[in-house]
Amino acid sequence: MIITQQKPLEEILKMLEPFSKVFIIGCGTCSTVCQTGGEEQVEQMAETLKKEGKEVTGSVVVEAPCDARLLRRDTRKMKKAIEESEALLCMTCGAGVQDIVQHLKKISVPALNTKFLGQIERIGEFYERCRACGECILYETGGICPIVRCPKGMMNGPCGGMFEGKCEVGGYQRDCAWVLIYNRLKELGMLDLYKSYKPPRDNSQLNIQPREIVLVKTRR
Amino acid sequence: MATQTVSNLMADLKDGKFVFTGELEPEKTTTLEHALEAARKLKGYVVACNVTDNPQSFAYISSLAASYLIQQKVEMEVIYQITCRDRNRIALFSDLLGAGALGIKNVLALTGDHPTLGDTPQAKPVFDLDSVQLLYLIRKMVDEGKDLNDNPIESPPQFFVGAGANPNADPIEPELIKCAKKVQAGAQFFQTQVVFDLDIAKNFLKETSRYNVPVLIGIFPLRSYGVAEYFDKNVPGVKVPEELLEALKKAKKTPDKKERKQKYNEINLNYFANFIKELKKTTSAAGCHVMSVGYESIIPSLAEMVK
Ligand code: SF4
Ligand code: SF4
Repeated sequence: MIITQQKPLEEILKMLEPFSKVFIIGCGTCSTVCQTGGEEQVEQMAETLKKEGKEVTGSVVVEAPCDARLLRRDTRKMKKAIEESEALLCMTCGAGVQDIVQHLKKISVPALNTKFLGQIERIGEFYERCRACGECILYETGGICPIVRCPKGMMNGPCGGMFEGKCEVGGYQRDCAWVLIYNRLKELGMLDLYKSYKPPRDNSQLNIQPREIVLVKTRR
Repeated sequence: MATQTVSNLMADLKDGKFVFTGELEPEKTTTLEHALEAARKLKGYVVACNVTDNPQSFAYISSLAASYLIQQKVEMEVIYQITCRDRNRIALFSDLLGAGALGIKNVLALTGDHPTLGDTPQAKPVFDLDSVQLLYLIRKMVDEGKDLNDNPIESPPQFFVGAGANPNADPIEPELIKCAKKVQAGAQFFQTQVVFDLDIAKNFLKETSRYNVPVLIGIFPLRSYGVAEYFDKNVPGVKVPEELLEALKKAKKTPDKKERKQKYNEINLNYFANFIKELKKTTSAAGCHVMSVGYESIIPSLAEMVK
C-alpha cells in the first residue's frame, strides 16, 4: 500500500490562498485505508475549507485516482463542479495528483505527503517495506528487504554499526536488517544464500528515469 | 592474488613480525598540523598509520589528499581508508587510481558510518557498493588490471588491501561469515574495531585463524578518565573494563596535573602491555592497531614494554 499523511493545514491553506473555489478529490484505495483521503476525510476537509471562507464546489472519492480510467469514470458526473472550481485539492498520493493534473488539466494542490510503500500493522502504524527497486531479491534474503530496511543498502551482511541486533541509524531503535536476514535464513536452513557473495547491483535500467512499462502502446 | 610485496606493512606481516599501526584523523583543515605532528610522534614506532575517511561522518579533509601529504611530509607509510558512504563506484575507482598514482600502498576498504551520525546529517548517503564489493573492486583493479566492467587499466595500481572487522559484534555469527566473505573477496589483512576484553579478542582470533589472514586487534589507550567514561557510555558494543575505569577514576583525583598524567600513563601502560603480551603469547594476532588520537605519546613506551 502507498502510505500517505495529511500535510499540516497551514501548508494546505497557503497553497490554496489564491483560490476561493475549490473541488476536492479523494482516493478510494490507499488513502482510504490510511484514513487520509477517504469519504470521511474529504468531508472533514470540505468543512474545514468552508470555515476558512472557501467555496467548495464539490467533491468526489475516486476509486483509484492513479488509474486514468477510474479517474475519468468517477469524475465524469462531477464535470460541472470541477469546471467551476479554480483549484483541485487532491487527497491522494503523488501518483494520483499527477494523474489528476494530466487528465483534468486544472491547477492541482497536494493535500497529502506521500511517505512510502509500506505495510499497515494497524491504523496509525505503518512500516516502509519496499523501495520499488525494479529487481526484487527477496528470495535471496529470506523475504526481508535490505534495500529498504538497511539504511546503507548493504548486500553482504551487517555493517560495523550493528549493536545487539540493532541499527546505528536512528539510535539503535530499529532492527538491523542483516541480523533479521541472517536469523531468517538460518531458520529456513538457507544460510548458503547468506554466505554467497552478492555482486554490486546493476542500476543501469533503474537509472533511466522515469521508469515506464509499455507493453501495448496506446494511441494518444 | 598478488604475492609481490608492495608495502612495509605487508613486508613486516609476511615476516611474521608483531606489528603496530597507528591512526591519524585529519579534521577540518588544509594544513594538517595536528595529523602531521602526530605522525612525527608515531614515526619509528608504528609501521604505518591509518588516515581516516570522514570518521563518524564528520566532514573533514579528503583522506586521499591527507594520506599523500602525510607520506610526503613525514615519510610515514599510510593506510588509506576509503569508505563507500560518499562515493559511487565511479568515484571509488577514480580515487583508487589517484591513490595508486600518488604512491599509496595500503588501502583499508570500509563501508563507512551513516551520514545521520555526523555533522552533516542532511547529506545524501551513497553506499553504491558495500565493503565486500569494494574489496572485490580493489582486487580486480590490482590483480586483473581491470575495472568492474572489464575495461583495462593502463599500469594498474599495486595495493596491500585490508578490511575492517568487529569482534564485539553481537550476534557474532553474521559478522564472522562476513569476514569470510571479505577474505574471499581478497582482503589481505584485518584491522578490528576497538577491543578491551581479551576473551573477545581471543575468541575472534580463534574463529578467524583458519583464513590465514593477519589480524591486527584494535586497541584504544585512554588519555583520561573523561575519555574512558565517554567511550564507555557512548560507543555501543564496547565496554571499558570495570578495573580500568576504576583505576582511571582514582587517578583523576590526583591534584597535580603532571602527576595525574603520569598516573594515567602508568595505568594504560600496565593494562595494555599485559593485554598485548597476552595476545602475543597465546593468540595468532599479527599485531595491534593503536587508535590513540591525541594520545600518541603513549605508543613509544608501550611498544618498548612489549618488545
Ligand atoms: S528487493 Fe526490496 S525494494 Fe526491491 S522490489 Fe524487492 S522488496 Fe522492493
Ligand atoms: S546496522 Fe544493519 S541495518 Fe543498520 S546500516 Fe548497518 S547493516 Fe544496515
